[in-house]
Amino acid sequence: MTQSVTNINVTMLKKLLIFSAIMFGFGYALVPMYEKFCEVTGINNLLQPNAVDKNIKVDMSRTIAIELDANVRGMPWQFKPLQSSVKIHPGESIEVMYEIRNMSDQEFTGQAIPSYSPRFLEKYLKKFECFCFTKQVLKPGEVRQMPVKFVIDPEIPVDVNTVTISYTFFALQPGK
Amino acid sequence: MAVVQDVHGHHDHHPSGIMRWVMTTNHKDIGTLYLWFSFAMFLVGGFLAMGIRAELFMPGIQILEPELFNSFTTLHGLIMVFGAIMPAFVGLANWQVPMMIGAPDMAFARMNNWSFWLLPVAGMLLISSFFVPGGAAAGGWTFYPPLSAQGGLGVDMMIFAIHILGASSIMGAINIITTILNMRAPGMTLMKMPMFVWTWLITAYLLVLVMPVLAGTVTMLLTDRHFGTSFFNAAGGGDPVLFQHIFWFFGHPEVYIMILPAFGIVSEIVPTFSRKPLFGYASMVYATASIAILSCIVWAHHMFTAGMPTVGQLFFMYATMLIAVPTGVKVFNWTATMWRGSLTFETPMLFAIGFIFLFVIGGFSGVICAIVPIDIQVQDTYYVIAHFHYVLVSGALFAIFGGVYYWLPKWCGRMYDVKLANMHFWLSMIFFNVAFFVQHFLGLAGMPRRIPDYSLQFADFNMISSIGAFGFGLSQILFLYIVIKCIRSGEKAADKPWEGANTLEWTLPSPAPYHSFETPPVIK
Repeated sequence: MTQSVTNINVTMLKKLLIFSAIMFGFGYALVPMYEKFCEVTGINNLLQPNAVDKNIKVDMSRTIAIELDANVRGMPWQFKPLQSSVKIHPGESIEVMYEIRNMSDQEFTGQAIPSYSPRFLEKYLKKFECFCFTKQVLKPGEVRQMPVKFVIDPEIPVDVNTVTISYTFFALQPGK
Repeated sequence: MAVVQDVHGHHDHHPSGIMRWVMTTNHKDIGTLYLWFSFAMFLVGGFLAMGIRAELFMPGIQILEPELFNSFTTLHGLIMVFGAIMPAFVGLANWQVPMMIGAPDMAFARMNNWSFWLLPVAGMLLISSFFVPGGAAAGGWTFYPPLSAQGGLGVDMMIFAIHILGASSIMGAINIITTILNMRAPGMTLMKMPMFVWTWLITAYLLVLVMPVLAGTVTMLLTDRHFGTSFFNAAGGGDPVLFQHIFWFFGHPEVYIMILPAFGIVSEIVPTFSRKPLFGYASMVYATASIAILSCIVWAHHMFTAGMPTVGQLFFMYATMLIAVPTGVKVFNWTATMWRGSLTFETPMLFAIGFIFLFVIGGFSGVICAIVPIDIQVQDTYYVIAHFHYVLVSGALFAIFGGVYYWLPKWCGRMYDVKLANMHFWLSMIFFNVAFFVQHFLGLAGMPRRIPDYSLQFADFNMISSIGAFGFGLSQILFLYIVIKCIRSGEKAADKPWEGANTLEWTLPSPAPYHSFETPPVIK
């Protein structure tokens, strides 16, 4: 093979290798792009407070039962709602309390992740305040009571009578 | 591009014995290695499939514990996709691309050797992961977290194997692109290239586009598992659905990586045995390119049930259905090539026609799966299994068989036993349909995939499917026998055993000499 062909080939090889490296980076770039996309389109923003619409009217004709659920994954905490269920009218603002207790003799940092049933509840549940917006640090033996303030949009389909709001605390590694 | 090449000496002599294969930089040797490796992996993946079908022969758990069953389905998928189908196409490209464009060898012969010898390492990692504590990965071939964030050493071995396979594929693709773009014989313009070369050029570009993204995905998974990152871990602010988006950004083009070279093979075989030039060559090239481009914007149709706004579902649904248009162009062109041709039905042609017939069925069930409301119904059922086996087995695999039967006389200078080869086709054709056609009904009735047990009402169809699968598996042993018999004692093949064949490789003697086209041919 002549020198010129070899040179052309090596140039091509370099270009394609650089392209592959860029695509490897692109895979990583998809992570912030995905998050930005969800943020802009309002998908999946369970961990940010919702804007309050002052004009929400309370629909006194309906009552929705809200079941409260609490779980802990992989850390020695006790986590429970202070009331297992509440009944509210759509449009009515309500505050419920949860309690966490660090059962160990070490400091732990945790983050609560919400999960709703039915899943479309996320569209109708407007949270003003939630312990899940921030990480929680508990000293050994510390107990903390934390509120969630929210309103259920009266637009919620009429066939929904019972909904479940569940929080799961996960341990965060130190330094996060 | 005018390329003048000097031929520096004839060195037909090469190391003999095992070292010939370990050190070889010859594209024909490496092509052979790729093809044998992929066949070995095909047998391993086939063994796993037989295990799956044996377990599903009757309701209840008889042979495989559920955890092992999950490992079987996972490794069956991984080994067939990355170990059997993809290396088989790379092997065909290694053998055929230089001969079809009149090049003496691949552009980077030593890298070619390396990209092959990475494969057995990855294959061994995947197979040996069955024997480590915790067993092989069991979260499905798509290894979605959180399942793949759990699991033991087997999952790490799988991740490492995918890294190696990805590196091998990227090197192979770079080699093929460079060879095709820079080393064509004088006079062979891009639009004079055989279709097989065209489809491989486009496939290779898809490979360098998406394989690095897969490498990134498994790297994220690895750091999530061991280095405290939280890309996919909800507890740390990550998102498991993100994994699905990144995975399918790779995964959907990947399915076209596995079918475009098959289109190329069929586009070589059909004109040869119709004794007519390919109908609509230019439209074939553009259809291939548009399939490749569209394949990059349809990934989320794998995730309709993962949660998505309606407008997203609509976009991905319509974009997916759009792919049926260029695919339809291809099927039309193949049919039009056969129209009023002087058809003969040699083994490669049988496989090509079988391909067209069954791939169209798989394509149609694909369009059905693209429709959101139906997909939500059939997601993760045997309907999807039936769909992608129709496009990957009777699509990609049948085309590979067709290609092997088409070029085998050129490779080893001997003709295979035509009777046995035709029998291999008919057995494969019949048993394939027995195994997979009934799975459409199972899926529509709601039988979920990846579950070792099922309700009693699915029993009859599952037994039929298992019998078909066993028959299909056994038929492939016949294929091995046919190839070995051909190599050892086949009749001498002519330089151009198919009278309708027109591409450059048929101008070479059979078997193709170790070094071919050292002086490039001139294309008129």
